[in-house]
This record gives sequence, C-alpha cells and structure tokens, in this order.
Amino acid sequence: MLSASDLRKGLKVQIDGNPYVVIDFEFSKPGKGQALYRCKMRNMISGNQLVQTYRSNDKFEKPDLEERKMQYLYNGGGEYHFMDTENFDQMFITTEQLGENKSFLVDNMEVDMLFFEGQAIDITMPMFVYLNVTTADPWAKGDTSGNDTKPVTVETGYELQVPPFVEEGDKIQIDTRTGAYVTRVKE
Amino acid sequence: MASLRSFFAGRGFLEVDTPIRQPVLIPERYIEPLRSEGAYLQTSPELCMKRLLASGCAKIFQICPCFRKNEQGRRHLEEFTMLEWYHSGESYLKLMADCEELLRFVQQQFILQSDLHGYTRSFFAGFDFESAWERLTVESAFQKYSPCSVKEALADNSFDEILVEYVEPELGKKTPTFLLNYPLELGSLAKAKATEPDTVERFELYLGGIELANGFSELTDAAEQRLRFEEEIVDIKRTWGQDITMPDVFLRDIENIKVAAGIALGVDRLFMLALGAEDIADVVSFSPADLV
Repeated sequence: MLSASDLRKGLKVQIDGNPYVVIDFEFSKPGKGQALYRCKMRNMISGNQLVQTYRSNDKFEKPDLEERKMQYLYNGGGEYHFMDTENFDQMFITTEQLGENKSFLVDNMEVDMLFFEGQAIDITMPMFVYLNVTTADPWAKGDTSGNDTKPVTVETGYELQVPPFVEEGDKIQIDTRTGAYVTRVKE
Repeated sequence: MASLRSFFAGRGFLEVDTPIRQPVLIPERYIEPLRSEGAYLQTSPELCMKRLLASGCAKIFQICPCFRKNEQGRRHLEEFTMLEWYHSGESYLKLMADCEELLRFVQQQFILQSDLHGYTRSFFAGFDFESAWERLTVESAFQKYSPCSVKEALADNSFDEILVEYVEPELGKKTPTFLLNYPLELGSLAKAKATEPDTVERFELYLGGIELANGFSELTDAAEQRLRFEEEIVDIKRTWGQDITMPDVFLRDIENIKVAAGIALGVDRLFMLALGAEDIADVVSFSPADLV
C-alpha cells in the first residue's frame, strides 16, 4: 500500500482499478489545518487527466505494472505481433493501441512495452528510428522558390518534411517523440 | 536575520532562547513532530515562550529552528525557521499592527543593505505595503471566494480544501491580507471573541496567496485550555493511534498569564516573498536535497 505522503511526480498508483501516473503534485497545509496533497494524474490507459486532493490518511494500491522488452514480428489484419525477447512469448496489440507509434515500427525493432495486469497498455519506442525513404520528388537544382523542405514517404507509409537533398533510397533518422526528421544517414 | 532582530530590539523586546528538544508538546492534531531519543523536536517554541510570559516577561521574541514531520513541498520544509513574538497585556490587534510595521521595516532594511553592498534590487516586488492592508474575516472571505459558507465547509469537513482551493489564492495579491476571526474549532489555543463566542481572535497573514504568519489573542483560561487539549488528544489517538501526554506544567503556568497575544511567522517564507522565489528550498543555505 502507498500512502498520501508517498505521492510525488512520476509515482504510479491504482485508483478505481485503473493505473494512474502523477504528473503534477503540490503539498499544501493551511495554518494549523491538515496536510493536503493536490495531484494531477493521468490515466495510463485512457490518457484522461484527473485532479484530486488527498489527505494524509488516504491510501493507494500499487498498480500491477510490468515493463518488458518486446521485438516486433509482423502485422496481420490490423494485429501487430510482438515477441518477448526473454521468454519468446508472443502476443499482439491492435492498430488502435499502437497509435502513432505505427509510423515508426519496422520488422525486428525492439520496444519497451508496459503491461497492466498482464495487458499491454503502452509502448515506448526507441528515441530515434532509421527508416528508408520510399518516395521523394527529385531535387530540382537551382530551385529558387525558397522552399527549404519537401515531403517524402518512408517505408512505414509515414509522411514527413525533409530537406530538399534527401532522395529516394536514402536512410534518414527520425525522432519518435516529435516525428521530425533529424539527419540523413550514410550507409 | 539581523534586520528582524533589530526591529524587535528597537521596540523593547527581549530575545529569548528555549530548548529545541522537549519531552512534552502541545497536542495539535495536524502537526506531527519528529522524535529525538525519547523526546521530540519542537514544532514551535510556543510552549516554552508562554511559560516565560507566565513567569513575568512582558515582550519576548525568538528566532529558532522548528521541525514538522512529512511537511515537504514548494512552501514547506521539515526543518524551517520560525520567528515568534509575544506581548503581554495586548490582543491580536496589536500583533497585526506589529506585522505592518515589521514588513515595512524589513523591506526598507533589505533595500538599504543592497544599496550598501553596491547592488540595487527591489524586495517584495509587486506588493504594496504602504496602502491600508486588507482585513477580511473568514466568514466574508468564504462569502466572497468560496462556493459554500464556512458553516457548510465545517459541517462536511472540507474547510481546509476550500481554503486552499478557492480562498488562499485570492489573498494578499496587492497589499498583504489579514484573514481573521476563525471559527472556534480552528483555534485551539486562541481566545474566543467576547461579542461572538463562536469565533476566536485568531488571524493569518497572507501575501501572494502564501500564509506567512499566524497570530492570536492567547487563551489563558487553563480549565478551558485543558478541555480543548483533551479533544485534540482523543482525536490524535483516533487518527494517528498515538498517545499524547497532557502538558500539565504548561497548563499550570498559563494560569499566571492575564492577557497576552502571540504570533509565529515563517522566516523562510518571508525571504521567499522578499526575493520572489518559487520554491522554499531556494532561500535556505542547504535544502534536504543539498545535504546528500
């Protein structure tokens, strides 16, 4: 059990059967009054935010959370299959659960998957991924239109803006947190 | 610190020094002490200072470390510095006048010191100490800012939450604010008002939404004080499962005080507000995190 005095930013607690992470926290105690712990929390499954004030004698369950390293295998019919790199267990998650991460997922990629009571609820991608450019307009030398980026598509189908010198077949580095181009990679 | 001392020295106060480690504390249900080898570290110097008043001291002040377990946050440290002063023969009205003089004095001294050291900056920037300070009763503050009345808040035990959520952020925005005349149940050591027996002569000083000081006309009726302590002790036992000793010597001594008023002011918070610091850890020489 966790008590209100354990509350701090980043702590994970279970409320009404859902795992929450504390994203903002403030201790207050009006003169001679009782200690109050005002927390902003995010539901780790739905993403909904909750603001709640707790008192010292409030108690919390620790959520049953586990992070495992998983390797991406293949996508079949909207089901993305992964394998646990330690015990080789296989499981899949849906396109919906994967969310924006599907733009950066390539075969054999290793990700950190967060499980709540045995169910995958979140995926942490590597900070940077390296993807091949599959379609790009050629760079018209002497183009003086002033555009310093152009759109390209990478192997996952994801579209992004890159500098004009990036060509089809190039490998580029992408920041998965922002989805933005970082640099071109020499093979 | 020197300017605080010179303020009181210049007004005929005696600086006193009382033990920090004590065998018996004043029972207060929401203040948890730190233990020290079978005794406690003081949560405030109130007990000893009132015994000095009882022994005949008329005007005393002290600047000392106090300890309150599990109080950690942007405005709280488990170890902090308290300034307390007591006047015999006076009421809380005198303390409010003291606060006005003290803050104006401190501001001037800080400016003077910074000029002397060759850097000029403002202190308590954005606040107005010169205009008349706001005085707001708890009752009218709740009418003004809270969705419910004081009575309703007390009835469903949400007074503290509402105070923090709706009332405090509105206090001391321009001039400092005195929030005064608390309900009887929120002033364990304060004297009830003669005209309104349901309220006590207690006030809190707020600046920028931050509670800076708590003062009151002292309850000197030992029998009444014993009754209020008994309630606190029962409550502490029920809430925390701890047995608290009745401070009998203190109760014996306060019989000798006729009329008095006393106040505690958080020195670290005063410096926070003077310097515009966001976190109390920024105004102490070493915060707990700096020590490890």
